Amino acid sequence: MTGGSTTGDDGATAPSSGPQEPRAAWPLWEVFVRSSRGLSHVHAGSLHAPDAEMAVRNARDLYTRRNEGVSLWVVPATAIITSDPYAKDQFFESPQGKDYRHATYYTKSEGVKHL
Amino acid sequence: MSEANASATRITPGNALRPEDIALLDTKPADAVAQYALWLGDDALILAQRLGWWISRAPELEEDVALANIALDQIGHARSFLTYAGRAWDRTEDDLAYFRREPEFRSVHLVEQPNGDFARTIARQFVVALYQWELYSRLVHSSDPTLAAIAAKAVKEVDYHRDHSIQWVLRLGQGTEESRRRMVAGLSLTWPYVEELFADHPLVDELGDAGVRPSSLREPFDAAVQAVLAEAELEVPQVPGSVGGGRLGRHSEHLGYILAELQVLAREYPGASW
Repeated sequence: MTGGSTTGDDGATAPSSGPQEPRAAWPLWEVFVRSSRGLSHVHAGSLHAPDAEMAVRNARDLYTRRNEGVSLWVVPATAIITSDPYAKDQFFESPQGKDYRHATYYTKSEGVKHL
Repeated sequence: MSEANASATRITPGNALRPEDIALLDTKPADAVAQYALWLGDDALILAQRLGWWISRAPELEEDVALANIALDQIGHARSFLTYAGRAWDRTEDDLAYFRREPEFRSVHLVEQPNGDFARTIARQFVVALYQWELYSRLVHSSDPTLAAIAAKAVKEVDYHRDHSIQWVLRLGQGTEESRRRMVAGLSLTWPYVEELFADHPLVDELGDAGVRPSSLREPFDAAVQAVLAEAELEVPQVPGSVGGGRLGRHSEHLGYILAELQVLAREYPGASW
């Protein structure tokens, strides 16, 4: 027994040989959960896992433990292409003053029914 | 309506049997059945206490959560089994968990073995999960309806524990040289405690169709172990079995420390709730 811990790691601890090398973190995965049939998958969060199979299992543990889902997707975070946050202004420019983007902007031609 | 409201707060979805329901049963189990429930409940309780140590200490946060979830599942099984056992002697699950002495516990030596490193814990999980899965998947046919119902709920959860440990045995076994070394060491430290799981005690004869004969699980267990270890390119350790005796209340030096930590609060402050 070491360190006063009664139920812990008193067994096969690794012999420490010199300073520990920094451990590479597991890759990041994005998790999408479909909460019920007919709905689409919604981004629920992210997690770390060593590979895809473990990512699905970890997602099940972290995001569906309380009956939240019927289907899970995990996607390597690196596979997601994002819009440039610095180009936000151009990318998501306000539609104000661009009424022509809406159908109601246009005058209905005479004689066209059911429009 | 109040029943509907109450069910919204239930942790268990659906109609799975809860310990609270078992406590209200009209029927009391026969003494042999209660003793048997104690075996299974104590295995789950001690394993849960061991696994709980990993919380905040696992190699990654995600694995921390996985081990904690497994521990919580085991506590759930322990609560059901101990509640049912206690019905025979008018004792509650808490009476049995917190106020029995070491020789009164009926858990096997395997579940009290130290966590060691992650690989050793996985080796223990691998054995326990495969054993419990074989056991519960047969106990669902028990002639005792309460044992059958507890097993029906538990087997689904243990199926996941089984999957979790198998995934890690495969990965550690075929990972790096270091992970493989640790997995081999973990398996050989765990294997002496395998034999005790399958020992038939006289109690088994008294159970009839209410229980599952431990020796009948050995063959399917070995086949399942063999399949996984072959895929991981690991070998079944060839080591002599330990003396065993857990079912008779004879334990290894570890259980006393586990119980000290598990029971101290309830004994220091009887009736405390938290």
